[in-house]
Amino acid sequence: VALCVELGDAISVEINTRVRALEYLIQQKGPAGVVETVPSFRSLLVYYDPAQVGYDALCATLTTLAEQAETAVLPPARLVELPCCYEPEFGLDLAAAAERLKLTTDELVRIHSGAEYLVYFVGFTPGLPYMAGVPERIQLPRLTTPRVRVPPGSAGLGGAQYCIYSVESPGGYWLLGRTPVRLYDPEAAEPTLLRAGDRVRMRPIDRAEFDSIAAAVAARTYPPVIT
Amino acid sequence: VIQVADPGPQTTVQDLGRAGHLREGIPPSGPVDVRAFVIANRLVGNPDDAAGLECTVLGPRFTVERVCAIAVTGAEASVTVNDAAAPQWATLVLKPSDAVRVGAARHGVRIYVAFSGGIDVPRVLGSRATYLRGRLGGLAGRALRRGDTLRLAPHTGPRRPRRLTAAEIPALEPAPEIRVVLGPQADRFTEEGIHTLLSNPYQMLPQSDRMGARLAGPPIAHARGHDIISDGIALGSIQVPGDGQPIVLLVDRQSTGGYTKVATVGSFDIGRIGQVKPGGRVRFRAVEVAEAHRLRSEFEQSLAQAAGGGVSR
Repeated sequence: VALCVELGDAISVEINTRVRALEYLIQQKGPAGVVETVPSFRSLLVYYDPAQVGYDALCATLTTLAEQAETAVLPPARLVELPCCYEPEFGLDLAAAAERLKLTTDELVRIHSGAEYLVYFVGFTPGLPYMAGVPERIQLPRLTTPRVRVPPGSAGLGGAQYCIYSVESPGGYWLLGRTPVRLYDPEAAEPTLLRAGDRVRMRPIDRAEFDSIAAAVAARTYPPVIT
Repeated sequence: VIQVADPGPQTTVQDLGRAGHLREGIPPSGPVDVRAFVIANRLVGNPDDAAGLECTVLGPRFTVERVCAIAVTGAEASVTVNDAAAPQWATLVLKPSDAVRVGAARHGVRIYVAFSGGIDVPRVLGSRATYLRGRLGGLAGRALRRGDTLRLAPHTGPRRPRRLTAAEIPALEPAPEIRVVLGPQADRFTEEGIHTLLSNPYQMLPQSDRMGARLAGPPIAHARGHDIISDGIALGSIQVPGDGQPIVLLVDRQSTGGYTKVATVGSFDIGRIGQVKPGGRVRFRAVEVAEAHRLRSEFEQSLAQAAGGGVSR
């Protein structure tokens, strides 16, 4: 049983910050009957147990908390640095994207890896971060024909949005590169790496470093760079 | 130890699922038909959340190596122990090297097999449930294969063999009426679109799975576009993409999605829709939130009393 608290109807840092603040307030105050919460761009899905709290009572509580969320102070965000190899073998669309943007591939890589991306929320598939903050200079409409299979770790652009695929799945984003870090590892104690509210930066690496990090990740000796 | 001779096309280890990880994109999993699953556990003296098997369309063949009790519930299927017919919805006490065969579902889709003690696989994020797409939980995150062995946890509950009476066995309806609460994006559909959903039968498609029940019928008309800004998807959400065909999202659902959601199936009716075979039909009826809460509490109460009530954990 769930209800959805909508805090706006747009993709914006302000609205999403309120969504995350509302979730944070719920985590802090633990209102009766709330079982689980799922943040997204502009709304918070609140799962609850109707045996513990009625619909009207919960709506009233959440309305009050949503008002407090306007001014709530969130804990400091984590900054996660993800190594990313932009070689053509991983950046399947890098050359085409650069051409369309009238940039060299080096310039595109510099702009993409120079920006910081906010994780609005994690969802759809396990550990997949929905990010925005793509510099306008490198925004492109989604691919007209989505790929049937995108390998995990692929870094993709679609409009103002940026995502890193966490498992193999279909996808319509322009693939610029790939990170050897696993965003989802079902055998790890904490299977997902990123959280709503994290900030993400990409660090360009070459193929040799990709291979050595991939080997460390496989051996579970690679510590993700989180500050 | 259970030796799996043939698991059937998709047999997974499930318990009552893992709560709290949808915000990381990890769904709860667990049985689609909770009532049948829980009754199976009670018939073998297990707590409700002990791990058992969910089988799809066709049950398994297996041999047991020690004395244990099993119960087979859910979809209607033949059960034999050493080639002798045995009842469903009943405690079956087995001795070492007994061979069990659960056949194809005649009515319904999902068959449940509980074992006394429960299947002993490691808990992952607090649960033994298998999430196939995420390769998480259960037996190495996958469906059972021929030749797998399953360990049982020590059985500590009471042993009181029993068999449900015909009246106690949940009915498998050929064309169930499924109760829904309209929303959260009902305003994105035309009045006619909502009327279409509520007044026509929809047919279950074969590509339905634990993620979603895909249905086909008269297209549900959108008022203004079928895309929304991606948001959270509740159990039972009915997504309607551009083609107007509804998808009811189930226990292995994606945590968020960008299609309009016309209504939500009540949790009390998830098991009923999950037992409709491909080609079978369902109808939808809208209820208010208060009525849905009443139906849910009725469901919980009847479940609490089913098969002689629950065993405390």
